Amino acid sequence: MNTSVKLSCRNLWKTYGPHDALEATRSGAGSGNTIAVMERVRQLHGLAACANVSFDVMRGEIFILMGLSGSGKSTALRCLSRLVEPTMGEILIDGEDFTAKSPRELIEFRRHKMGMVFQNFGLMPHLTVLENIAFPLRVQGIELTERNERARDMMRLVELDGRENSYPRQLSGGQQQRVGIARSLAGNPDIWFLDEPFSALDPLIRRQMQNQFLHLQSSLHKTIIFVTHDISEAVRLADRIAIMKGGEIVQIGAPREILENPANEYVEEFTRDAREGLMIRGAAGADLK
Amino acid sequence: MRASTGDWRGLRSGAFWVICVAICVICFRQANTSEWIGSFPKEWTFGIADQVNTAMNWLVPKLSGPLHVVSTILGFLLNVTRGVLAWTPWPVAFCLFVIVAHRAGGLPLAVFTVVSLAYVAVTGYWERSMNTLALVGVAVPLSVVLGVQAGILCYRYKWLNSVMQPLLDVMQTLPAFAYLIPILLLFGFGPVVGLIASMIFSIPPMVRNTILGLQRVPPEISEAGLICGCNRRQLLWWVQIPAALPQMKIGMNQTTMAALSMVIIAAIIGGSDDVGWAVLNTMRKAQFGPSLIAGLVIALMAMLIDRISLNFAKTETAAPADARPGRWRHPHGLAALAVIVIILPPSLFIEQLHYYPREWVWDFTGQITTALDTFIASTSGALESLKRAGLFFFLLPLRIGLDQAVSPYSWGIEFTPALRIAYAGLIAAGSALALGSGSRTGAIFIAIWGVLFYYGTIGIPWPVFVCTIAMLAYAAGGAGTAALALATMIFILLNGLWEPAMFSAALCGAAILLAFPLGMAIGTVAAEVEWVSKAIRPVNDTLQTMPQFVYLIPFLMLFQVGEFTALIVVIAYALVPAIRYTEHGLRSVPVASVEAGRAAGCTEGQLLWWVKMPQAVPEIMLGLNQTVICALSMLVIAALVGTRGLGQQVYVALGKADSGLGLIAGLSIALVAITTDRILQGMSRSSKQALGL
Repeated sequence: MNTSVKLSCRNLWKTYGPHDALEATRSGAGSGNTIAVMERVRQLHGLAACANVSFDVMRGEIFILMGLSGSGKSTALRCLSRLVEPTMGEILIDGEDFTAKSPRELIEFRRHKMGMVFQNFGLMPHLTVLENIAFPLRVQGIELTERNERARDMMRLVELDGRENSYPRQLSGGQQQRVGIARSLAGNPDIWFLDEPFSALDPLIRRQMQNQFLHLQSSLHKTIIFVTHDISEAVRLADRIAIMKGGEIVQIGAPREILENPANEYVEEFTRDAREGLMIRGAAGADLK
Repeated sequence: MRASTGDWRGLRSGAFWVICVAICVICFRQANTSEWIGSFPKEWTFGIADQVNTAMNWLVPKLSGPLHVVSTILGFLLNVTRGVLAWTPWPVAFCLFVIVAHRAGGLPLAVFTVVSLAYVAVTGYWERSMNTLALVGVAVPLSVVLGVQAGILCYRYKWLNSVMQPLLDVMQTLPAFAYLIPILLLFGFGPVVGLIASMIFSIPPMVRNTILGLQRVPPEISEAGLICGCNRRQLLWWVQIPAALPQMKIGMNQTTMAALSMVIIAAIIGGSDDVGWAVLNTMRKAQFGPSLIAGLVIALMAMLIDRISLNFAKTETAAPADARPGRWRHPHGLAALAVIVIILPPSLFIEQLHYYPREWVWDFTGQITTALDTFIASTSGALESLKRAGLFFFLLPLRIGLDQAVSPYSWGIEFTPALRIAYAGLIAAGSALALGSGSRTGAIFIAIWGVLFYYGTIGIPWPVFVCTIAMLAYAAGGAGTAALALATMIFILLNGLWEPAMFSAALCGAAILLAFPLGMAIGTVAAEVEWVSKAIRPVNDTLQTMPQFVYLIPFLMLFQVGEFTALIVVIAYALVPAIRYTEHGLRSVPVASVEAGRAAGCTEGQLLWWVKMPQAVPEIMLGLNQTVICALSMLVIAALVGTRGLGQQVYVALGKADSGLGLIAGLSIALVAITTDRILQGMSRSSKQALGL
């Protein structure tokens, strides 16, 4: 079983604040007493955005980090891609220590192994749709005709054909996020990070994009880490969910497990809507049948 | 924790105010008996100016070698640009400018360009305009390249940024006249001096906008670049710089305008036959007709360059989706090519088309001068009494105090003890009234101005002034600002420049006291009445692009050389920011709170005073800040039409080629400007925080 672990995050800490607070995190991280370390950091005017976060993500799995804003889920995701340098902890990808990679290795790794989708799309305003999608390939130094060809393939994949020469500002939100998705997949990564990709979209479009996302994954089989604050989205998409609160993981499990056996009151409160939704949907489904 | 610190500072600040008032009272009582309180003793000053001169004398020969190389290269660039512009037949240049204008701003801008250029040609200023343009044309690309590089470095290295910010402040506030002499000594005589001066002044906006643009790149865009595997160079040049480009184009526009205004000012040292020199020369000889004509050339050039560069800055990358097919994709390029192919060759062989012929110049100087003379003659009585009133009843009291200014000669009455008591009573009543209606700031404000008018900036003992300003700085921006204010005042005192500084303070104070309320009133009307706003916007735009020099011409004509003219010029220049910021502040009050006010049944007046005005205070403060900075920067220019004070010191130093005095006096102005900026920014910030914005 262990062989199929793609990405493993061990005792991850990210502290913001003055030097002392960072030191306190480093010296305290090994103690295992998460609460005490967080309290110490707070006293030193720091903030532990991620506190002792550990989880494994299997190959081809959709793993969802879920929590309210400020729960540390986006920070955790950024630590995994080292857009934010973790203060303490270990990240293993394919058994290799990702945190130890040199800047040069990191750049190589990102070019070939990682893709990321952003909440507000993060598209380059000065590039056309096609140029945006081809951007990761351009960074790798692939020549123009080849990268345009591959970018066109990606456009077909996300059903955006015909908008090659538009600029991002001329597209709707849903279309912009399709560009974001196409760009993140252009380098053919193994690991796919999605940071609240559908949160900025209208509910109807969101639903449509979720379906398309599942459809894509059914053929691509990427290892996915997906961040959202929307429990129903998480329940709908995830193989497993990790619920975060105040920088810590409160519970990890399959959607059904979490709904049926919430670890504490917080998770129960949090998942109430989804549970009720599920019941209504279940009832309605029964009626239809 | 934070709140308690705040309370503590509040308490301490209260104690400081008591000490400050005590010092003031003691000083006023002792001013007559203890000489050193009345005026800063000469023995205590030491001339840094002489040391600076000695240092310059030592430095110049050492640096002259490498600097000579720099000045040769710049001179070469300048000569080439100038040569090309002079050689280009005027019809070709004319058409190319119009094409560029059309590309930037469509038909209206093209028409405006045709009219402006026709005016320039017909009045016989074509060649001199091209000389000015050559200076700008060399200064701007160099400033942009250097500014972008510096901006990138500042964005990357925080420590460099913290070193650079005060340097940029000084570069933008130090009057150009102050560094013309050192540049002259270091780089030798010639138009290169104007070039370097204009680069010093025009680099800062490019640096600032580059930093701002890079800082404002949405983090997600940078992250997207990183996750795609960009290395540092790729991230900067492929992601961040393109994303920051709109802001950087705004910087280019500001840099261009700064370069132009400084090129005009630098004409004062002569050596280049350009429009600035034409204006200055005619103004010096009091030939108002020609100076008005030349001034209009500068104004038109400024407006043209501004509109064209601003339009280029604002146009987004065109979408190829709606581009025209085939060869019509670049109509402007084709038109330019056509001009060069069809008009250029024949123009080179026809003398009238190659160089604009003198016979074609339409000289209407005579008519203008006659018209002006009749106008001035018919209004001179009214203008004269306005001038006398402004001097005796306003400017003079502010400088030497009512105490000295009220005399039978000037006011027609004696300042009797009874009148003195009445004045004191009036101020006290005003303060009490303000305090009664809950405005402590208002009370302090009235009291300070009351005292100021009674004693005048010259009459107030220097320790009183130092104490009060330091206290104000502390209240507004904390210990750092207070330290800066103290350092500034000590610098001025030790250099023996206190008296000229107080002359300048009186002039600036008077200008601000008139310009700011007037600007606020206009801004308020503009915010409330749509057509006023529409009518006033182009006027403001025009006034803001105008090089400072141009402001002198009309007022010099109307009021002749003198302090009143200087006052009016400073007011005219400082008025625009007051209008702009007030209007912007009032208009950016959140719609929700205006609607809430309406829903509660506010009349329009109540809406303005109780809902909009309080929320616009931070923005209006920034407007006051800009007003003060503008007034200070105009000080040196105003010295040309006769003022006493720091501006005059700088100007005199320029005449005597005294680097030391020029730099010290100029630095005093810059320091005063920077200090005022910090104080008013502090006030704006705290009023913003109080509103929870």
